[in-house]
Amino acid sequence: MSVYINENTRVLVQGITGRQGSFHTGQMLAYGTKLVGGVSPGKGGQEVEGVPVYNSTFEALENHEAEASILFMPAPFVKDAAMEALDAGLKLLVLIPESIPLHDAMEIMAYAKQKNAVIVGPNTFGLVSSGSSKIGIMPNRYFIPGPVGVVSRSGTLCYEIVGHLTDSGIGTTTVVGLGGDRVVGLHFIDVLKKFEDDGDTRAVIMVGEIGGSAEEEAAAHIAANMSKPVIAYLAGKSAPPGKRMGHAGAIIERGRGTFESKVEALTGAGVKVADLPTQISPLVQSVLD
Amino acid sequence: MKLYEYLGKELFNRFDIPVPGSRLVENAEQAGAAAAELGDVVIKSQVLTGKRGKAGGIAFASDPEEARKEASRILNMSFSGYAAEKLLVEEKIAIEQELYLAITIDGTAQRPVVLASLDGGMDVEDVPEERMIRWPVDVGIGLQPYMIREICRQMGVSGSLQKEFLKFLPKLYRMFKELDAELAEINPLALTPQGLIAADAKVTIDDDALYRHPELPRISEKTDLEKKAEELDLAYVELEGDIAVMANGAGITMATLDMVQHYGGEPANFLDFGGGADVEKTSKSLELLLGTDPRVLLINIFGGITRCDVVAEAFVGVKKSKGIDLPVSFRLVGTNEEEGRAILEKEGIKTFESMDEAVRHAVELSG
Repeated sequence: MSVYINENTRVLVQGITGRQGSFHTGQMLAYGTKLVGGVSPGKGGQEVEGVPVYNSTFEALENHEAEASILFMPAPFVKDAAMEALDAGLKLLVLIPESIPLHDAMEIMAYAKQKNAVIVGPNTFGLVSSGSSKIGIMPNRYFIPGPVGVVSRSGTLCYEIVGHLTDSGIGTTTVVGLGGDRVVGLHFIDVLKKFEDDGDTRAVIMVGEIGGSAEEEAAAHIAANMSKPVIAYLAGKSAPPGKRMGHAGAIIERGRGTFESKVEALTGAGVKVADLPTQISPLVQSVLD
Repeated sequence: MKLYEYLGKELFNRFDIPVPGSRLVENAEQAGAAAAELGDVVIKSQVLTGKRGKAGGIAFASDPEEARKEASRILNMSFSGYAAEKLLVEEKIAIEQELYLAITIDGTAQRPVVLASLDGGMDVEDVPEERMIRWPVDVGIGLQPYMIREICRQMGVSGSLQKEFLKFLPKLYRMFKELDAELAEINPLALTPQGLIAADAKVTIDDDALYRHPELPRISEKTDLEKKAEELDLAYVELEGDIAVMANGAGITMATLDMVQHYGGEPANFLDFGGGADVEKTSKSLELLLGTDPRVLLINIFGGITRCDVVAEAFVGVKKSKGIDLPVSFRLVGTNEEEGRAILEKEGIKTFESMDEAVRHAVELSG
């Protein structure tokens, strides 16, 4: 079982002819993702890794059926491409680029809500249902099937943690990257609900960081609604206030979004918070036993 | 990008939002001349740090002599390490009531949110939760008059003050949207016999949207090193310690710093050189760090889009061209790790497979 996507999910790649788009098209195909078409305005008629390229999302959908799309293009062009995909009827968009203007992101989210569509990101590595399909840029080899659901605000740190799990012989159901920006489509709570309902997911790892209030909101949700064990790791314990630590959302402002407040909220909700990324696999092992 | 109060008020002016009459000055003489023109004045230091009032950066003056004296006092002050280079000399307005009004972005709601309170003038953190009215605005429909009436009802405002809000708030919202702001805050918003006047202005523009606002000035609070890093498109923050850290990805870089502290070391910086950097960008990141004269260099690479051979090639290149004579703890795993390790081993450089070992080694080297 998996959440959001599975081996039957049909996917378009918008911005398929760019450097990132074409590279990750190959990687996704190698993982088993059903990529049915690509979109690059003005480049229709070409092929990338055997995937046919169209001039617009509408044109691609005249020729193929698809449910989802992954976007690779410079930040200023993301809003137009995302709106096009939503208007054309796609129900799941993965926005890989970072540095998308906040007001563009808010407009995309508002339209997606109207269209009943799910947005993953922006500034995300995407999502992967281990062993069946990935819509994202994560390295293929760490994502093997198993009983753990993972939801993370950051990319490389998530690979690090999933890599440890894999080394310990523990696989994952679905791994979701929320994205490092201030305005993102999915939040911890959305994904936690899916994992709670998913028959194959037996434990959940959440990887958070300083800034914003997503972890505190997740903690309240976990306390009230989650029966499955949740293990958390939070990055940014040593971060000084007022400084943006790489991610647009990773900043302690006006005393809010601190490491301590998040640890306190999660611990109070019964979540085991690991001090180091390396402590996560043993904690997961202990709740699975 | 945070804007100085005077720049925020210039923008308010452009959007027809009332502000007090004022002169921007740079020395005591000019402050005196401004007071001679304006009468009773408020002299305000133009700094980006908060709490300037409490620090003594705001003063009243009723004649040019007093204005000169206060101006020269404020110009000699330091606010969290920053001096005020400019002062805003404003006419003193007759305030009947101090209110609070702001628009910011609510990440959870994915919407702009209007914040309004009758308790203005004080620190916003001190306003009781139930006295701060919050209204997230659906960007699909924008700010509508009914929303403003609802905000007023919840504040307990009616009659002529509600009419004032119905005029005032749409202008602020229009500015917030058109300028890609992430914060437009007025505290206090002054109720005067002439209506609502913005007595202060805190405006922050979204850095990622600056490309579509060439008309706005560029203001930076960054240190020289941070500016240099920005030019190289690196996420860099200066810290106090002596272990220079370089990693790929914001989350893992933060986690590396946390782990350094966990094992008793002190990181000198946060440096995320991003995913998929080429040899040139990786080399420049390394050179930037070496320029800070750290005691130890810790490199933590978990290659996804980032290729280990590229990092190794950059490291060997910099070592040959500039020399790297400080102790290095190098962790290298992920995409093309065998190739990367081979490049380093030829030069006699050892690498770690685990982040934990590499960090502990770096802390030992720094001790």
